[in-house]
Amino acid sequence: MEQNRNDNNFEQCIKCTVCTVYCPLAAVNPNFAGPKQAGPDGERYRLKNPLYYDESLDYCLNCKRCEVACPSNVKIGDIIQRARMKYSKKRPSLRDWMLANTDIMGRLNTTFAPLVNRILKLQATKGVMEALLAIDHRRSFPAYSNHKFTTWFKMRTWQRSYKHYVTYFHGCYVNYNYPQLGKDLVRVLNAIGYGVHLLEDEECCGVALIANGLTRQARKQGMVNLLSIRKVVAKGEQVVTTSSTCTFTMRDEYPSVLGLDNADVRDSIVMATKFIYELMDSDQVRIAFREDFHKRVAYHTPCHMEKLGWAVYSTSLLRMIPGLELLMLESQCCGIAGTYGFKKENYVYSQKIGEDLFKQIKSMPVEVVATDCETCKWQIEMNSGIPVVNPISILAEAIDFEKTKKLNKVK
Amino acid sequence: MRFDTIIIGGGLSGLMAGINLMQRGQRCLIISSGQSALHFFSGSMELYGVEGCPMEAIARLPESHPYSKIGVDNIQAIIDTVKPFFQEIGFIFNGDSNVNHYRITPMGTLKPVWLTMEEYAHVTDRNNFPWHQAALINIEGFLDFHASFLAAGLGKLGVESRIANVTLPQLEHIRKNPTEMRSTNIAKVLTGDVIQRLAAEVNLATNDAEVVIMPAVVGLYGKEEVNSLKDKVYKPLRFIPTMPPSVPGIRMQIALRHFFQKIGGVYLLGDSVESGIIRKNSLLGISTTNHGEMRFEADNYIMATGSFFSHGLRASADAIYEPVLDLDTVFGGARSKWYNEKLFAEQPYMKFGIATDNEFHALKEGTALQNVYVVGAGLSGFDAIKEGCGAGVSITTAIHVANTIINKSSNGTEQK
Repeated sequence: MEQNRNDNNFEQCIKCTVCTVYCPLAAVNPNFAGPKQAGPDGERYRLKNPLYYDESLDYCLNCKRCEVACPSNVKIGDIIQRARMKYSKKRPSLRDWMLANTDIMGRLNTTFAPLVNRILKLQATKGVMEALLAIDHRRSFPAYSNHKFTTWFKMRTWQRSYKHYVTYFHGCYVNYNYPQLGKDLVRVLNAIGYGVHLLEDEECCGVALIANGLTRQARKQGMVNLLSIRKVVAKGEQVVTTSSTCTFTMRDEYPSVLGLDNADVRDSIVMATKFIYELMDSDQVRIAFREDFHKRVAYHTPCHMEKLGWAVYSTSLLRMIPGLELLMLESQCCGIAGTYGFKKENYVYSQKIGEDLFKQIKSMPVEVVATDCETCKWQIEMNSGIPVVNPISILAEAIDFEKTKKLNKVK
Repeated sequence: MRFDTIIIGGGLSGLMAGINLMQRGQRCLIISSGQSALHFFSGSMELYGVEGCPMEAIARLPESHPYSKIGVDNIQAIIDTVKPFFQEIGFIFNGDSNVNHYRITPMGTLKPVWLTMEEYAHVTDRNNFPWHQAALINIEGFLDFHASFLAAGLGKLGVESRIANVTLPQLEHIRKNPTEMRSTNIAKVLTGDVIQRLAAEVNLATNDAEVVIMPAVVGLYGKEEVNSLKDKVYKPLRFIPTMPPSVPGIRMQIALRHFFQKIGGVYLLGDSVESGIIRKNSLLGISTTNHGEMRFEADNYIMATGSFFSHGLRASADAIYEPVLDLDTVFGGARSKWYNEKLFAEQPYMKFGIATDNEFHALKEGTALQNVYVVGAGLSGFDAIKEGCGAGVSITTAIHVANTIINKSSNGTEQK
């Protein structure tokens, strides 16, 4: 289909206001101008005079649901993000810097994980954080792991060689908070005959830096990642991920928001669920499932997964598991939007946005919620009390590894 | 990824086709590039907008009209299933195909229609209104409803109306952002206990009116709010459509998609078909923006891509073209002949669309593609606005093509 891929296609907007209907924020926060006004309408004025820039654009979650809904292909979210970068007079605070630097904080906190986790749970800490940093005291922090995924990966003593290889972009969450997800993926990929490499240099994808106005740093980190990705793609390997937001950022935000050209590698950056589904769909690999696995699962579509349009791969994989009953949650924002919901000024809106989703989850007789985004996981766990897991971890739990290895002739 | 039928376009026509095929055992994929024209829905559906019997008018249409390609008997059989189907997914419509009734437009005029949602203002006899005194509820700050136009129009029809401005603290809250004071944002606020407070305000304003008429700003995600308000308002309550976005239209879009997904259909929103591989007059597979090299394949494909609004049709300086598969289109003459300078006159471009044979196979370079069908607003040969047949053509062509596909595949099985 012929598409409008101009950098700034605000003129395509026909003012139909469909975006407003699907904006999770416009419904709860009247201080936000709404996607049409903040995006294409406002852009018209801003081009005339930058004084028309309105700092309320900071409220935008960058969920991109406006773009998914737009019948005219207007890149509403991109227009808003670029306007923030270009015109905003606000400078990131210490709090923004801390929230945005997920990898630096991760490295520090992993070292002292048991202590840090305990301190972060204290009401007193939360009070201090709110007073000094404007991080909302009602928010629970994700626990840090006491070992890094990369440390585990490098310490594995014996490695057989595989016919095929794939490179894993693990991201900050797997490295510092939840290495088990990375271990699950390695195990699943190995069982279907794929060896796993890591990138030579992996930096945080930069999504939180973009959201917090640290554009220069985001661009620098993006360049490091693209350099490493190019090297493995040149070898013929794909780069797989387990986080929809990292994937979306490296594929779409690098070129559209950071101005980094990734056209040569974009198609090689994929979610692991898509990668595995495609191998199965084309009969290149087979998976055998345990007969004693039973679970009722609800799938939540993270905003950036909705934008990627790839929830179908995660849910199709889950549906292949014989003992799994899958219920679909209505695709809607959970409200956390990465670091957004941690901020004191956003907390109330963040909670209000997710209200309906939490209600829906609580009304369903499910044991776990599956989702491809780590921050959705924190938000949903905190508000519904139901454990949230990545589809890859569910797959790892349901697979009969011995049989699967035999099916794929892996010794 | 393989399906039995792939439908490009996820609006009324695409969803009706998809649901029909899924109900008869097929596995369907719908790919939708953005939300649909159902977001402009008026609460009524038109079969053919004439006084009296729409089927009689349909029987007299030229051969090029989509209705003529389906045939009167087939149309009758299809439309008999429409009311029961919508009832099943929670929409109760009044009206029947033997005689049109009238919906009341936001301008206070009457338009002949086939079906109207039961809670929407409509009358069966234009000379005999069921009420003569109306209270018009105007939500303060709401941008897309013009009570004085409506009052003036109703006055000409012999209905005297009094406008009452209503507001609530919850509405004042969202009014802080005046440009977003739209039907759907209002509907998102009017839920739960707020309905009770709204009903109280409405009741205060009704006085001796026989009917309460208000803009359609209630019940975005379900009908509970509508029912609850109806219960709590003392006088009969009727809705009038607003300017877009349409609250009932969005509810219908969501309900249709839910139903399609519930019975196992796959719905991809926000994705566009980039290319298709055509060999020997058949479409073998398509690729989309989001899915890159993953090819979607099916036995049959339905183009439910819509008209100009949905970019199912596009205009260049000298041609109307179909942007997905570059199918043949029907349009006439030089650009200056495409439109009439009188805005409200019949506009020739409204009849432009994708060219098909009599079985709705799409034509490409003059030859019918054997497994590609066209349904809905993208078809050529009809003027949805002037003739008043948008929903009717969308629904009947969708179900007719679904029938064709099912018959074709069952004949194929017999032959095997």
